[in-house]
Amino acid sequence: MSVPITLLGLLEREPSYGYDLKRDYDAHFGWGRSLPFGQVYATLARLARDGKVSAATVEPGAGPDRKRYAITELGTSEVHEWLRTPIEPEPHLQTLLFTKVVLALILGRSARTYLDTQRAAHMERMRQLTELRRTAGSVEALLADHGLFHLEADLRWIDLTEARLTSVAKAIKA
Amino acid sequence: MSIGTLGRDRSASPMVEGRCLVKSFGRTPALNGASVAVAAGEIVAVMGPSGSGKSTLLHCLAGIFTPDAGEVHVDGRRTDRLGETRRSEMRRTDFGFVFQFGQLVPELTVEDNIALPLLLGGKTRRYAYATARSWLPRLELDGLGRRRTGEVSGGEAQRVAMARALVHHPKILFADEPTGSLDSLTGEHVMELLADLTRAEGTTVVLVTHEPRVAAYADRMVLVRDGNVTVAEPPHAQSHPADGSAGRRRPPSLAR
Repeated sequence: MSVPITLLGLLEREPSYGYDLKRDYDAHFGWGRSLPFGQVYATLARLARDGKVSAATVEPGAGPDRKRYAITELGTSEVHEWLRTPIEPEPHLQTLLFTKVVLALILGRSARTYLDTQRAAHMERMRQLTELRRTAGSVEALLADHGLFHLEADLRWIDLTEARLTSVAKAIKA
Repeated sequence: MSIGTLGRDRSASPMVEGRCLVKSFGRTPALNGASVAVAAGEIVAVMGPSGSGKSTLLHCLAGIFTPDAGEVHVDGRRTDRLGETRRSEMRRTDFGFVFQFGQLVPELTVEDNIALPLLLGGKTRRYAYATARSWLPRLELDGLGRRRTGEVSGGEAQRVAMARALVHHPKILFADEPTGSLDSLTGEHVMELLADLTRAEGTTVVLVTHEPRVAAYADRMVLVRDGNVTVAEPPHAQSHPADGSAGRRRPPSLAR
C-alpha cells in the first residue's frame, strides 16, 4: 500500500495540515477515488508514532485537524530510499484469468466463451482509456498508457491461450 | 438478431452490411457465412488471427471481391450483384481505401497523389489541387506538398494515403492494417488522426487490424474467426438498452 509513503513524500515539500495533504493526494493520485479523511488522520498518527513525522498543534482546540504535520529526518530518508528502490516486477503467476480458464477446462465448460467475453471486456476498457487519453492532459495520459499496455499484454495471452485450448484441455485431463 | 449488430440501434439501416457471406479461394474457404453491419458514422474494428478471413470480409464489403454466396448492402442498396464497371465506379466515388503500404504512386508528389481521386472523378485540375492542398494541414503534412511520396517517411506516407482516401468525401473508408508497416508510436498517431478526421467528416469506417491499441480507437470491435463473425459484448453492455449509443456506454475514467 503506497498511501503512507506518498503522504510522507508530500510532507517533504512543507509542513501541512491533514486536509491539505488529502486534497493534494486526491489531485495527483486519486483518479476518481477520494482518500477518506479518517484514513489520512489514522495514517498520520501512525507515521507520528513511528517517528517519521512530528505533529504540532498550532490552533486552539482539540482534534487531528488542528495539527500541522512536518516530516522528520527519519521520514525524509525513508522517502528517498523508497524512490530509489525498484518495485518487484510482478510475475502474476496466480492470475484470475488463468484460474478461470483452467477451472473451465477441468469442469468441461466452454473456456472459449469465457475468453471471448473477457476479450470484449478488455477491448471495451482499452477503448475507454484511449478515449480518455485523447482528451486528457499529458500526466493522465501517462497513467492511461500504463493501463493500455497491461491490457494489451492480457489480450495477447488471451489470443495465445485460445489458440492452444485444445492441447491444454488434453494436458489437464491427462 | 444478427450478431454483428448487437448493442446498436437496430431500427436504423446500416451504412454497410454483409449477410451470410461465403467466399472460397480454390478449395480454401475464407468466409463461412459471416455477417456484419456497420452503422453510418460508426468506426468498427475487425479483429482476428491471421488467416481468419478478416481481410476477405473487408474486400467483400468493399466490392473488391464478389462473395460466392450471401449479400452485401451499401447505404440501402444491394451491391454484390453489380457488374465490375458499376462496382469499380462505386469503389471510386463512394469508398476510400487505406492499406498497409504500396498504394501511393512513388514518382508523383504528395499533392499529385492526393489530387488523383478527384482528377479521376473528372474534377478540374485547379479544383483538385486546391482541395488536395487544403488537406495537407489537416494531416500535419504542411510543406510536404511538392515532395515525391517515395521520399517521405512511412508515417507521412500513410497520412498522404489517408488524405487521398478521404479527399473525395467517401461514405465509407475501408482501412486494412493501416498502421501495419509503422512502429507503434507512429502507428498510433496515424490512427488518432484517422479517427479524428473520419469522426469530423462523419465517415463510416471499417478497420481491419490485429493491434488492440489501434482497434481501441474504434467505437466497436467485431472478431472474425474461421470465416465467421463471432463477437461477445462485454457483460455490462448487455444490460444496457439498445439506444444506438453502444460506443459510449459510460464516461471514460481512469478509476474503475
